[in-house]
Amino acid sequence: MAKSEQEVLEGLANIVAEETGVDAADVQGDKSFTDDLDIDSLSMMTIVTVAEEEFDVRIPDEDVQNLVTVNDAVKYITAAQS
Amino acid sequence: MAKTVVVTGLGATTPLGGDVPSTWEGALAGKSGVRTLDNDWAEKHGITSNFAGQVAVKPEEVLSRPETKRMDPSAQMAIVATREAWKDAGEPEVDPARLGVVVSSGIGGVWTLLNAWDTVQEKGAARVRPMTVPMLMPNSPAAYVELELGAKAGAHAPVSACASGAEAIGMAYKMIVDGRAEVAVAGGTEAATHPVTIASFGAMHALSTRNDDPAGASRPYDVTRDGFVMGEGSGILVLESEEHAKARGAHIYARLSGVGMSADAHHIAAPEPTGEGQTRAMTFGLDDAGLTTADVCHVNAHATSTVVGDMIEARAIAGLMGSRASEVLLSATKSMTGHLLGGAGAVESVFTIKALAERLAPPTINVTEPDPELEVDLVRDKPRELPEGDIAAINNSFGFGGHNVALVFTNA
Repeated sequence: MAKSEQEVLEGLANIVAEETGVDAADVQGDKSFTDDLDIDSLSMMTIVTVAEEEFDVRIPDEDVQNLVTVNDAVKYITAAQS
Repeated sequence: MAKTVVVTGLGATTPLGGDVPSTWEGALAGKSGVRTLDNDWAEKHGITSNFAGQVAVKPEEVLSRPETKRMDPSAQMAIVATREAWKDAGEPEVDPARLGVVVSSGIGGVWTLLNAWDTVQEKGAARVRPMTVPMLMPNSPAAYVELELGAKAGAHAPVSACASGAEAIGMAYKMIVDGRAEVAVAGGTEAATHPVTIASFGAMHALSTRNDDPAGASRPYDVTRDGFVMGEGSGILVLESEEHAKARGAHIYARLSGVGMSADAHHIAAPEPTGEGQTRAMTFGLDDAGLTTADVCHVNAHATSTVVGDMIEARAIAGLMGSRASEVLLSATKSMTGHLLGGAGAVESVFTIKALAERLAPPTINVTEPDPELEVDLVRDKPRELPEGDIAAINNSFGFGGHNVALVFTNA
């Protein structure tokens, strides 16, 4: 069953915390992965790989570069589910 | 004049304990860290040795979740031991460009590699984690230690199977002697308790199959020894130039006075039967230290509990020591830890250094009937005192491929 944006945000925050050590509470919609959360490209690729499995979606490489903020990722994943 | 190298910090995570104090206490008490494996590998995969010396404290109990997800267990154990050693050394202030790292593994990130292969087969290539290569590469533990400490003088990971940890310490010694570093963090790590590794060593008939008595399976020099016991864990030393250590008032455990290395050029796995290469490594080490066999009171042997290997080394030691052979206290601590492969030389260096610092040679357990050819004085069951005054101890490590390393330590 497709998850709501809130559920995707929570799931994504957990993945970011688990993979990088960033506090899950800091993973908010308007935060930039690189500028605010200090996530490097290898960590971003890891988050994408884990999120693809967790949410059963595919996020092609050419789309990953457009996922600047947490909100961008949440909206992308939510839409890609259905 | 060449620099003198001293040991100012110790760290370890082993089958006997999660740090140096608990590991040393366990060793002096003659405890075994070897247990039956808590899994179904024997039933499911048919491995013929269903026991190992697994770490007493799993790294995930002391590291953060992201750390355990981003490091292979071999690097995790090295980081655990490094944090203890660095703190023990008093977190020395040193120019990052003068801080070196040499940390080795004999096998590398075998869990990471094989987990990734499982993922490829079960879920496809797209599901492989992007951190896989940085985790499986054999220099990964060295690189993570380098990152942990901000060490910029150089980070190395010499690989020589079961001599790797000792070779790492030897290379770190050279970094200081040659003036490349003032402080060098060095040691070895191994986390290869995996059905593939056990099956592979088992295929060579290298492992003990004493499944009904795991704690009694590692029995170097005993007439009923039947192979080594897989071990895992890490040992890390903080090495330092004596002038740097003294200038900051550091506690000095011992000196690393000489390093000897040689190769057998004989066989890919079997040791050369006369022990000539092992003897040369010990001789080079003593020469490098400016010492003679008369100074040697203690040897921490490589002695893995194999039928052939133990006595080749014992004869080499006895031959080198000559008339003094019966005065040298010989300890085979793998009887308690199992064989930590790339971690062995480093953990056994910790034992050798503690033995010098406390004048106490750790015991060799499980020897009920020593090999009748053994001429060296084997420390059995209980620790024995080392003499007062200036003394030297040798830590031997040998690896598949004919790699021989002898580290010569002296009291502080």
